Amino acid sequence: MREVAIIGVGQTPVGEHWEKGLRELALEALEAALRDAGVERLDALYVGNMLSGQVEAQEHLGALVADFAGMHGVEAVKVEAACASGAAALRIGYAMVAGGLADFVAVVGVEKMTDASGEAITAALATAADAEYEAAHGMTFTALNALLMRRYMHEYGYRREDFAPFSINAHRNAVHNPYAMLRFPITEEAFASARMIADPITLLDASPVCDGAAAVILCPADQARVFQERPVRIRASAVATDTVALHDRRDPLWLEAVALSAYRAFQQAGVRPEDIDFFELHDAFTITAALSLEASGFAPRGRGVVMALEGAIFRDGRLPIATMGGLKARGHPVGATGIYQVVEAVLQLRGQAGPNQIPHARLGMTQSIGGTGATVITHILEALD
Amino acid sequence: MHPARAWRGRSQRYRLEGELCEGCGARLFPPRDICPECQRPARTPYPLSGRGEVYSYTVVYEPPAGYEEQAPYIVALIKLEEGPLISAMLTDVGPEEVYIGMPVEMVTRVLHRQGEHGVIAYGYKFRPVLRRAVTIPSQPASVTA
Repeated sequence: MREVAIIGVGQTPVGEHWEKGLRELALEALEAALRDAGVERLDALYVGNMLSGQVEAQEHLGALVADFAGMHGVEAVKVEAACASGAAALRIGYAMVAGGLADFVAVVGVEKMTDASGEAITAALATAADAEYEAAHGMTFTALNALLMRRYMHEYGYRREDFAPFSINAHRNAVHNPYAMLRFPITEEAFASARMIADPITLLDASPVCDGAAAVILCPADQARVFQERPVRIRASAVATDTVALHDRRDPLWLEAVALSAYRAFQQAGVRPEDIDFFELHDAFTITAALSLEASGFAPRGRGVVMALEGAIFRDGRLPIATMGGLKARGHPVGATGIYQVVEAVLQLRGQAGPNQIPHARLGMTQSIGGTGATVITHILEALD
Repeated sequence: MHPARAWRGRSQRYRLEGELCEGCGARLFPPRDICPECQRPARTPYPLSGRGEVYSYTVVYEPPAGYEEQAPYIVALIKLEEGPLISAMLTDVGPEEVYIGMPVEMVTRVLHRQGEHGVIAYGYKFRPVLRRAVTIPSQPASVTA
């Protein structure tokens, strides 16, 4: 296996892009990443996306993006794994370069959500769950996470307000990220009085519906310096799966695929949780952040919320999370999110995160969670000296 | 939903028919053909009792397309007597009355409708266990069971 480096990153602002479609968003991110890398020729292009078939009646995004980008003939396919689609596409791109099948690979995550009504998007997102036994019974994605949050509060004795630091931290970090969607701070009072979506989850526990695209360029690490002064090495890339339906889990509050994926990533990289300088986790809901911290090995079971309450997740804490706003405040264009996380981690590791810079960040971890934890993909990235 | 798809799931949605693992005795719902406990085939049909208790619940205020007329509605994870958890709507009960641990039982109701000419999908929901008035012959009074 060859070492793989990220030599270029690009992203569009996350938001409601009424004036841009899937192909324009994807191209904008791809061009920015190619410029950043100074690369013109690509061997392959992988596109992470979840909802294009449902929202835009458009599948076949590999060929579509390659065509629109003027890369006729290039190898290109779409990769789908619900909200982990972007990270899944990166996993494939990584494997291609590591295995020697390609040298220069672009991975684009793109999602267009705002062309559909709220009810249609809610139904579309629920396709990540079990259609016959969850969605057919009126389950929404928010509802499934609300079931977890209520049970978590019941078992460990937390109040709703105890989850506030996750959202306050994410919003605070989004203020200085020019690509974030919700660039305003929120207060504990606002969190406490936010509108209910699926009890106990409110608008301020949940990530917003939005559009966006992000891209990275990969190449063999031994060629990286030719293109990029500050390349970032992919130290680990690990996927694990669990039951699609939440009700099929023996222990719903323990995200087994998070534990497996994080464990495999730590093994590959030869590092321990305490070596990680910051963690771009999948805070689609505040409860998801808590469960991810626990199963990834950063907090004991039932104590993920305590990590937030103690400030360990803040920029000056033991393990900063959502350093550029996270899913909560940067926004969660679902199939693009995994690539946004990696782009932000690369900026941190290059020392280009602006006012949000984590001092001396060397080792960053990203994690995408598809569904209620059915597909979990963890990457560990390292600044190359 | 295509009529064939609705028809295919009839045994599960109307009768809560799961599967029995002959290998280890686990009772499974929904059917999954391979036992998650012992990895052996589990294909013997096994109707579940439909009794259980609320493991967790939530109220859906922002429904998906096709469920707008029912919102707000309660969905729950229910721990069935035989062991499995099941996802279902709660009915005949208000959000303020539900609690974790509440005993519930299966009933058959309309799950969703697809317009005037589409399939009306029936299936299981769960309601609080009713206290039944049972009249015993030869005794004038009724007792509550």
